[in-house]
Amino acid sequence: LALSGIAGRARANEDGLAPNTWDEITRYNNFYEFGTGKEDPWHNAGRMTTDPWAVEIGGLVDRPGTYDLADILSGVSLEERLYRLRCVEAWSMVVPWVGFELADLLNRVGVQPSAKYVAFQTLHRPEEMPGQRSPILDWPYVEGLRLDEAMHPLTILATGLYGKDLPNQNGAPIRLVVPWKYGFKSIKSVVRITLTADQPLTSWNAYAPNEYGFYSNVNPDVDHPRWSQATERRIGGGLFSPRVPTQMFNGYAEEVAGLYAGMDLKKLF
Amino acid sequence: MGVAGPINAALRRVPVWPVYVIGMAPAPWFFWLAATGGLGVEPIAALEQRLGLTGLQFLTAGLAVTPLRRLTGISLIRYRRALGLVGFFHIALHLCVWLALDLQSWPLVWADILKRPYITIGMVAFLLLVPLALTSTDRALRRLGPVRWRRLHRLVYLAVPLGAIHFAMLVKGWQPEPLVYLGAILALLALRIRLQRARVAV
Repeated sequence: LALSGIAGRARANEDGLAPNTWDEITRYNNFYEFGTGKEDPWHNAGRMTTDPWAVEIGGLVDRPGTYDLADILSGVSLEERLYRLRCVEAWSMVVPWVGFELADLLNRVGVQPSAKYVAFQTLHRPEEMPGQRSPILDWPYVEGLRLDEAMHPLTILATGLYGKDLPNQNGAPIRLVVPWKYGFKSIKSVVRITLTADQPLTSWNAYAPNEYGFYSNVNPDVDHPRWSQATERRIGGGLFSPRVPTQMFNGYAEEVAGLYAGMDLKKLF
Repeated sequence: MGVAGPINAALRRVPVWPVYVIGMAPAPWFFWLAATGGLGVEPIAALEQRLGLTGLQFLTAGLAVTPLRRLTGISLIRYRRALGLVGFFHIALHLCVWLALDLQSWPLVWADILKRPYITIGMVAFLLLVPLALTSTDRALRRLGPVRWRRLHRLVYLAVPLGAIHFAMLVKGWQPEPLVYLGAILALLALRIRLQRARVAV
């Protein structure tokens, strides 16, 4: 698979941006729909039916409808993107996603001028997703982006990693990846995309607004109220791996800082 | 009390030292697992959590000894010191892993203790346990005298629930596990108060 120019730039920015192994990426996940333990999704997500799969696209778009996954994929060209992933829990990975730019899909359905935000929703199927039988969060999981964030060329919908189909625990069959935001913004197993005029509800923000902001950009200067965000641990370093400094916008400041010009990121965290 | 008699008689033949040996087995086992990939791809956090949880479990078991005796007549009092010390050692190792493997930096440690309420609470809980561990010998008991010793060791009623609060404060979302521990510990303490009142009334 050919690396895109952007992924190439990101790779060039930092020496040694080597991807984590397949096992690391697929056995250490936060996907609370399958349990809160890091290995729970690996154990439990196999039960989720991902075929057939359709995404309902609606709201302020010209061509709303329920789009079959195959239909969505027929209109895009998949590429590999090697991205850093920084979890809000202060650990990180590097993942070779396969996907396409969200903007391609949004342009295809026609975003109306009044649209300012994009809302996303994860599959809600408690019979296949045991975590949804407990009130860990208010299910179904929902996330959102400002339209300019959603249209940014770094923002992708991923359908695979390491050149293979996305395993269920990583958000099969289609998930969002926004590499400059904490991992929970990159909503998994998406079934609904809605263009809205108002800022949509997002699950973690609704759960604890003082801990999880709508933007949730990776920012070493804004701590989580309960832990520091200044450093992170790269997964895969073993028992003696040191913490490494967290980068502003997870290392993508050059590409995305402009989206937030003039905003007080300590208030709008 | 029909069953309690034979159980207590049988327990009299069980020495205390196996509690230490079996009780301390999880710690090296967890370190072994962490070093060999058995705790997953992020072994530091996993090791920290396993040690902390095991420590909390032993301390909770220690809190259950008196209510168990009062309710059923079964006396594990001979093993209580071992339960408490095994719990304390796991908590001390939990702290060491946090210091030496997780943060690896004194300024970070200090900043976290001051800035993060769950770490402040965990640290206070640990410090409350230190004098109890230090006075756990027969000699310390004799030197303090039973009244003062008992008064000092009431700190455990504060330390253990603080440990459970520390646990409950660090998870994301509504997760039942730490709340179950906190609830069980508070129930054991409430039971103790109720039983004490009942005894006074009689």
